[in-house]
Amino acid sequence: MGSKLSITLLSIQLLALAAFTTAAAAQDKDKTGDIIARGEYLARAGDCTACHTAPEGRLFAGGRAMPTPFGTLYTSNVTPDPETGIGKWSADDFYKTMHNGRFPDGGLLYPAMPFASYTKVTRADSDAIFAYLRSIAPVNQKNKPHELRFPYDNRQLILGWRTLFFSEGEFKPDPKKSAEWNRGAYLVEGLGHCGMCHSPINALGGTSQSDAFKGGLIPMQNWYAPSLTSNREAGLGDWSIKDITDLLQTGVSMRGVVYGPMAEVVHNSLQYLNDEDTRAMAVYLKGIAEPSPPPAASSALSTTESSLLISLGKTVYDKNCASCHGTQGEGKPPHWPPLANNQSIEMQSAVNPIRMVLNGGYPPGTKGNPMPYGMPPFAGLLSDNEVAAVVSYIRTAWGNRGTPVSAREANELRSAPLN
Amino acid sequence: MFARYTAPAIAIAILATLVAVDGAAAQTVNQPPDTMAARVEACTPCHGNKGEGTSDVYFPRLAGKPAGYLYNQLLAFRSGRRKYPPMNYLLEFLPDPYLEAMAEYFASEHPPLPQPAPSEVSKDVLAQGELLATSGDAGRNIPACVSCHGPGLTGMQPGIPGLLGLRANYISAQLGGWRYGTRTAKSPDCMQLVAGHLTEADVTAVAAWLATRPAPANPAPVPKGTYALPFGCGSQPN
Repeated sequence: MGSKLSITLLSIQLLALAAFTTAAAAQDKDKTGDIIARGEYLARAGDCTACHTAPEGRLFAGGRAMPTPFGTLYTSNVTPDPETGIGKWSADDFYKTMHNGRFPDGGLLYPAMPFASYTKVTRADSDAIFAYLRSIAPVNQKNKPHELRFPYDNRQLILGWRTLFFSEGEFKPDPKKSAEWNRGAYLVEGLGHCGMCHSPINALGGTSQSDAFKGGLIPMQNWYAPSLTSNREAGLGDWSIKDITDLLQTGVSMRGVVYGPMAEVVHNSLQYLNDEDTRAMAVYLKGIAEPSPPPAASSALSTTESSLLISLGKTVYDKNCASCHGTQGEGKPPHWPPLANNQSIEMQSAVNPIRMVLNGGYPPGTKGNPMPYGMPPFAGLLSDNEVAAVVSYIRTAWGNRGTPVSAREANELRSAPLN
Repeated sequence: MFARYTAPAIAIAILATLVAVDGAAAQTVNQPPDTMAARVEACTPCHGNKGEGTSDVYFPRLAGKPAGYLYNQLLAFRSGRRKYPPMNYLLEFLPDPYLEAMAEYFASEHPPLPQPAPSEVSKDVLAQGELLATSGDAGRNIPACVSCHGPGLTGMQPGIPGLLGLRANYISAQLGGWRYGTRTAKSPDCMQLVAGHLTEADVTAVAAWLATRPAPANPAPVPKGTYALPFGCGSQPN
C-alpha cells in the first residue's frame, strides 16, 4: 500500500516534472524564436542581405561584387556553413567582427563592411542578428578572392585607415534628448549606416567625424548623397514627420521620391522597419537638420549663356515634362514628384537631376507602394544641350534657387555607371 | 411632421454625397491615372506607347509577345543575367508581381505590326535566310526557327516569343549575344545551343529574312502545347 502510494506520488511528480520541462522547453523555444525574429528584423535594418546576397544567388552566401576606387571586393558567405561560412563562429566572434572590424583570427576587415557604423550596435542586438544568421540554411560556397590593385591589396593598410577614421564604441544615448530621438540616432548612426553615403568620402576612402552626414558624391556610382544636416540639401528640418516616414517606408512622399542608391536602401531595408522605428528615425533626422546659408552661386556659365539655356529649357520642359510635373513644377505627388521647392533639384550638386533626366528611374516597389510610377529616360531623346537646358530651367524656375548647368556636365554623366 | 424631418435629412444626405464625390474627384484630379499605361510610361521612349517599338532599330517591339516570355526577360534584366544597363537600372527594385503585371500589359496590347522595311541584302542571302528559318540545316544541327517559334513565327504561349515586327539589326544583335554568351537563359538554354551552330553569315541571312515577313492574319502567339518542341527549353517547361 505504502509503496503503491509512493509510486503513484512519484509518477505524479514525474508527470508534473515532465509537464514543467516541456513547458519550459516550449518557452525557451519561443524565446529563441523571438530572438531569431528580432535578429532578422535587425539584419534588415542593417541592410545585411543586400550586400551578402549575390544577384540570383543563395541568401547570405555572399559573392556580390562591390566596386570601389581601389578595386573590386566580393562580399563573404555569412551562412552557418562550417567550412565556407560562419558556422564555426561564436556569438563573441560575431560581436567582435561587428564591433571592432576584426575577424576571429584577428585579421582586418575592409571598411566596405560598415563596421565603423556597426560598432555602435549593442551586444544584445549583435547576438540577435547572429542567432538569426545561425538559423538560415547553410550554403557551401567559397568566398571569392578580392580583386584589389596594388598597393591596396595589402591589408595592413587598413591599420592606417582605422587610425584615421575608426573609433570603436557602442552607441551612447544623449540624456538630454527623448527616448525616441535616441532610438532614431541609434538606427541611423548604427545599423542604418547612413553616414557611409551621406558623408563626404575623402581620397583615402574615409569620413571624418566632423563631416558626418554632410553629403558627398558616392564613389563609383556617381550619385550625389545629399547632406542630411543642411536644409538646403536633404536636410529634413522643414518636412513633416509624416512626409519623412512616408519617404523612408514607401519610397514616395508629398515632398519627393527616392531613386538610385537610396531606392535600394528603401527596397532592401527601410520598408521592413516598423512604424515606431521609422518614426524615431524621422524624429532624429528632422532634429539634426538645420538651415544653412546658401552656398556662393558658383555657376561656371556666363549670364548670357545661362539665360539662353534657361529659355531653351522652358521649351524642352513644356514639351516633355509638364504633362507629369505640371507647368509650375507642382507635380502630382506623391507619385509624380513636385520639382518646385524640391531640395534634390536645387542643391549645389546637379548630378542627381541630370541623371534622372538622362536615365529616368523607378522608385522602389514597396509594401506601401507596390506598383510605383516611373520616369522615362530622355538620354536618347534630348541632346546634351537640351538636357543642360531643362535641368538649368527646373533648378531656377518657380523660386528654385539652384544654378544653371553646362552641356559638358550633362555629357559627362551619359557615361556614368547605371548600376 | 414626417415630411419636415425627411426633407432636411434628404438634403443632408445629398450634401454628404456631394462632398464625398467632390473629395474623391479632387483626389483623382491631383493623382496620375491609376492605370498600367501611366505606370509604364518609363518604357515608352524606347518601346513605344503601346510597345509597338520606335524608330530605333535596336529597341524591340514588346506588344503581343507572350506574357511569360516578357516576364522572363524582365526577371533576367532585373537580376542582371540579361545585360543592358538602362534596363537593369530601371527594374532593379521592382517586385515580381509588378513585373508580371507589366508583362501582362504589353502582352495584351495589339498595335498593328509594321510594314516590313525593304531588305538591304541580296536575294541569295534572303533565300539562305528563308531556308534556315523554315527548314534549318540538319547537317549542322540547326533546327528551323519555325519548329519552335511556330509556322506563322508568332510564338507560343507562355514562353516562346514571336519573331515578327522586329528589325534585322535587333535580331542579329540578339543572335550575336546568344552566340557569344552575353545573352543567356534558364537551362537548358535552347537559344544558346542553336545560335552556337550559326555562322556570322547565317545570322545576317536569318535576321534579314525574318525582318521581311509581312503580318499574318492572326499575329497572336498560339496556345501552349499546339506543337511539340524539337528539344528541351528552360524557358518553355513542358
